[in-house]
Amino acid sequence: MRTRPGEAGPVRGPVPWALAVPAVAGVAFLVLPLAGLLVRAPWATLPRRLAEPQVLEALRLSLVTATVATLVCLVLGVPLAWLLARAEFPGRRLLRALITVPLVLPPVVGGVALLLVLGRRGLVGQWLDSAFGVSLPFTTAGVVVAEAFVAMPFLVISVEGAMRGADRRYEEAAATLGASRWTVFRRVTLPLITPGVLAGAVLCWARALGEFGATITFAGNFPGRTQTMPLAVYLALETEPDAAVVLSLVLLAVSVAILAALRERWVGGP
Amino acid sequence: MGGRPVTAGDRGAEGGGLRARLIVERAAFRLSVDLEAAPGEVVALLGPNGAGKTTALRALAGLAALGEGGSIDLDGEPLHTLPAERRPIGVVFQDYLLFPHLSALDNVAFGPRCRGVPKAEARRRAAALLDRVGLAGHAAARPRQLSGGQAQRVALARALAVRPRLLLLDEPLAALDAHTRLEIRSELRRHLAGFDGATVLVTHDALDAMVLADRLVVIENGAVVQQGPPAEVARRPQTDYVARLVGLNLYRGTADGHLVTVGDVVFSVAERLSGPAFVAFSPAAVALYRSRPDGTPRNLWRCRIEGLEPHGDGIRVHLEGPPSVAADVTPAAVVDLDLGRGQEVWAVVKATETHAYPA
Repeated sequence: MRTRPGEAGPVRGPVPWALAVPAVAGVAFLVLPLAGLLVRAPWATLPRRLAEPQVLEALRLSLVTATVATLVCLVLGVPLAWLLARAEFPGRRLLRALITVPLVLPPVVGGVALLLVLGRRGLVGQWLDSAFGVSLPFTTAGVVVAEAFVAMPFLVISVEGAMRGADRRYEEAAATLGASRWTVFRRVTLPLITPGVLAGAVLCWARALGEFGATITFAGNFPGRTQTMPLAVYLALETEPDAAVVLSLVLLAVSVAILAALRERWVGGP
Repeated sequence: MGGRPVTAGDRGAEGGGLRARLIVERAAFRLSVDLEAAPGEVVALLGPNGAGKTTALRALAGLAALGEGGSIDLDGEPLHTLPAERRPIGVVFQDYLLFPHLSALDNVAFGPRCRGVPKAEARRRAAALLDRVGLAGHAAARPRQLSGGQAQRVALARALAVRPRLLLLDEPLAALDAHTRLEIRSELRRHLAGFDGATVLVTHDALDAMVLADRLVVIENGAVVQQGPPAEVARRPQTDYVARLVGLNLYRGTADGHLVTVGDVVFSVAERLSGPAFVAFSPAAVALYRSRPDGTPRNLWRCRIEGLEPHGDGIRVHLEGPPSVAADVTPAAVVDLDLGRGQEVWAVVKATETHAYPA
């Protein structure tokens, strides 16, 4: 194997055409629509449109619900990931398979399922209504529920992966020092996998921000209450295409900005 | 050895210290080792890679489950029924496993905190221990900022911070470079001398074991093959592994009076023995000749040179027998005799430099 000074790895031939051509086509396919969005944007009227109360309202609602949904996912999902990665119990593989179902389920189907369970006449919703007077469908809380339902698998899978990748010997060292399993989790496992948890949370947040199908099915489309950005985009496209482009740009800018910021600061990607 | 008990037999009848029957079953491997260590005694588990040393240590720590018939008693109380976090032990791991997200001080305070010591008190205790291992100035440092030797000392302080009654060390010096190793070895010896609980040390390095331990337990393939004080083990190795480790040639033969027959070679020895016996001698006791020397036919056989390598100030010559033997000669002798690979030579051992003992 020949290597030159200052150059790691073997000397390789050119990239084969059979891989290069589809790869370049793939890049074009992914980047061109975004470029189109930028080209067709009504830049002249942009500031005015951005200041419209409806846009701001939808943006605020989107950010708040996606963030709350991510917190819910963290509170429920991290312990669930621990259970999958660290505990031994029968049916664990089945449980993991069940958890990944929302990942492949069409979100609309998820919304229907949520309605059947949490709806006013649903299995759990009925009881929630009669016992606490709480009704989730068509409320802001319902938006959070729909988003969390769709986004949580992303968090669980990524945190579980981080836990499996973490060096378990640190946990053993903690145990020999007298740490209970809870203390080990809190003071060793969690700090060690913080980058993984943050990456999972970002993924989860991005998924929640873009959620459409389950939200519109379960929570409806009420401006100021359940109309998040994706719903507003869809609605605007039918009546006022320029507004849809502006809303889309905002959504794009917010996602890219936050992903970039988090990635540089915590996730440490290449 | 500072008045520490030297053998397990010195221990009082009350059964203080460690008394363990370590049985661990794995696919294609079974560890079955009886181990005892008196309070204040340092026992080294010595053996080649894959002998089961680390498995034995993990079983003592509660990180590997004991199999049927296994038990661990410490100061007369069963240990094997307790999970790792409830055992009164301190462990120094091979690559230390200091928590990377905590400072040196918080690493050391971690154990006391887990065992219910209030935060301020735990940190005071940790600071005192860091001071004792000479790292008072590095309390705030993260593990990645510490050198190998410093990390080793923090790991020792962390293990001692829980005031264990049993201290376990897994290859405590293996990760250090030669120079640091020398320094840390003598330092570790001092700290172990000051520890009043039982200590079990795992190593594959004979020198570490000889310097640090009061008693050696040699294990091979999951079973004890020899144990005793270091000097005794070094003088009378019972297996090829131990002999190689302490740098001796070792043969098993049949003794009759002052003669021990090993294959076609007859060794005349100082000791009077009969039946199965070992003959051991240092490579320095072997002289090489190009032609058959005159005189007694004993302690003499023909070999072929398999290889030569530098060894200290001289050259170690590996010779193929039977029996195979290692000889240490001077570089001048290599030139004079024109020794090279594949050459046939005669090996002679002085009777006064052999050591024979019953097998």
